[in-house]
Amino acid sequence: MSEETPAPLWEVFIRSKRGLSHNHVGSLHAPDAEMALRNARDVYTRRMEGVSIWVVPSAVITASSPDEKDSFFDPAADKPYRHPTFYSIPKEVQQL
Amino acid sequence: MRSSGQIDQGGAEGVPTGSPAAADPVADPREADFQALIDADQRIEPRDWMPDGYRKTLIRQIAQHAHSEIIGMQPEGNWITRAPSLRRKAILMAKVQDEAGHGLYLYCAAETLGVDRAELIDLLHQGRQKYSSIFNYPTLTWADVGAIGWLVDGAAITNQIPLCRCSFGPYARAMVRVCKEESFHQRQGFESLYTLSHGSPEQHEMAQDAVNRWWWPSIEMLGPPDTDSTHSAQSTAWGIKRFSNDALRQRFVDMVAPQAVVLGLTPPDPELRWNEQRGHYDFGEPDFEELRRVVGGDGPCNRQRAAHHLKAHEDGAWVREASAAYAAKHAATTAAA
Amino acid sequence: MTLVVAGAAAVYTLRIADDCLVLSHRLAQWSSWAPALEDDLALTNIALDLLGQARGMYARIAELDGTGRSEDDYAFLRGERAFVNCQLVEHENGDFATTMVRQLLCSTYQLAQWQALTASTDEQVAAVATKAVKETAYHRDLATDWTLRLGDGTDESHRRMEHALAALWPFTAELFESDAVTREVAALGVGPDPGDLRPEWDAYITRVLGDATLPAPEVSWRPTGGRQGLHTEAFGYMLAEMQHVHRSFPGVTW
Repeated sequence: MSEETPAPLWEVFIRSKRGLSHNHVGSLHAPDAEMALRNARDVYTRRMEGVSIWVVPSAVITASSPDEKDSFFDPAADKPYRHPTFYSIPKEVQQL
Repeated sequence: MRSSGQIDQGGAEGVPTGSPAAADPVADPREADFQALIDADQRIEPRDWMPDGYRKTLIRQIAQHAHSEIIGMQPEGNWITRAPSLRRKAILMAKVQDEAGHGLYLYCAAETLGVDRAELIDLLHQGRQKYSSIFNYPTLTWADVGAIGWLVDGAAITNQIPLCRCSFGPYARAMVRVCKEESFHQRQGFESLYTLSHGSPEQHEMAQDAVNRWWWPSIEMLGPPDTDSTHSAQSTAWGIKRFSNDALRQRFVDMVAPQAVVLGLTPPDPELRWNEQRGHYDFGEPDFEELRRVVGGDGPCNRQRAAHHLKAHEDGAWVREASAAYAAKHAATTAAA
Repeated sequence: MTLVVAGAAAVYTLRIADDCLVLSHRLAQWSSWAPALEDDLALTNIALDLLGQARGMYARIAELDGTGRSEDDYAFLRGERAFVNCQLVEHENGDFATTMVRQLLCSTYQLAQWQALTASTDEQVAAVATKAVKETAYHRDLATDWTLRLGDGTDESHRRMEHALAALWPFTAELFESDAVTREVAALGVGPDPGDLRPEWDAYITRVLGDATLPAPEVSWRPTGGRQGLHTEAFGYMLAEMQHVHRSFPGVTW
């Protein structure tokens, strides 16, 4: 029982319709990419949820660390000039 | 999402060891940040620091939930080959299949906490992790399939909807998906039971008998009374549990009592009546002693369910091994090419 | 109780429908018994596709034989001798290798059959076929993948696959039998004569078995009779289980 090596974990990304990007929907186990793709189809698109599937071995994903949260993401917080709402325009201009 | 090293790997017992700093959560300065996120109704994600107890509680609860989905395939699956119409056969197959899918989503949510599905399944086989008491009752007639859909799925949905807002992100997201897919489960059960109840006298009798047998176990599956519930206070503070067992039980009874009238079936509870003052239904005292017995392993089907799952798992070992061997062989070929 | 359909087109369509229903039922018996959760979902997907195909065909047969019977009449009120599925689909599941070999042999046949049926002069049959082609192509792919995996996996899986092939291979001859019904239907352009599907089936199966390092068995025994309602002993038990609730409450609604 326990001696069995479990099949690796894969992350599943699905494009729900043309024009949208692939979104992470969950994960599953499979021994290789081909089976992972097939399993993703059988598990995650039973209700017409997708038109395209990506599977990625969970082990190859490099993720940012929550401990680096401050240095990674906070510096963006003080740059409001990157957003259109930062700018005032005269009322007469309807569209800009 | 996982990458190597960021989460604690499962210990020998299948329970994560946790980071050393978490040994004394009071002393850990990160605890305040963690609690602040929860109090702000933010989600905790797998790579966030979390108290050891939070991780352990979630692993236990999510695993138990996953096991319940998987073991829950058995009582209903018992009737797939005997479904009395092709339409009902298709519905039942799709429903039991959903339960496999839901178990899978939940195992994946648990795996983000650093345990492997295989470890959790071993713990199930060793009897060290539990599943819902309700699946230890037998399905004796076709009407049981309807009664399970109406009552058991009704109780499960009552329990699961608040979990969509659980503080742990992967669990909450899995539950959103589960609840969305399960929306047809209770309806199909109600429809099946309604058809039986309004069919021939024999069908009506079969439906009433099923409700007689499933009513109390469904009320009991929402857990022991609040006075006996051991994990509630901490789980509430951690945003894992949002309503007490008794509150959920009341909500469930309030939902199904009027539905029983529409079904034309009588719940086996002489004390069930609308209480104008409380704005809720009053109902009799569930037999929590029986619940304890069934959870403890002495329900009608505990041994049968466990043996079935173990046999399926062991019978499949050679398939999983062959599939892995094939993958390894071909990975080597591809690498050499 | 026997429920007989009249007319070559109805009989022909009934054979296809019964193949689908019986194979679906066998696959559904895997529910909660598969080697992994992912496989449980996959097998049920195939079973559901096949059930849908059967239902589509029963609906058509009721019109072809002019009785207006319901799909449930066909599924639940015919006895053993009135089912005209081939014997291969009723073969018991056995282990996962047996189920996957059966699936490969059946899906390869069914894919060729549905492809030909997309050009059927019977528009309703052609419509069912158009949907079924996509579904069955996936069934064949999945069975092919497992055949490769188990054939070229471990010693044990290879041995089990050889055993499964030896057990099932004799039943494949029946798939390609022609008779008065198939010849009449083929002449009318309703559907292919099964014999004509053989070359494509042979080519595909030979290639997959070769890739899976599995030799095709040499057999002298070629059981037959399914299309005339002669079945294996196991089939009676399957029908008894499938039909018992429906028949216990005659004439009611479910």
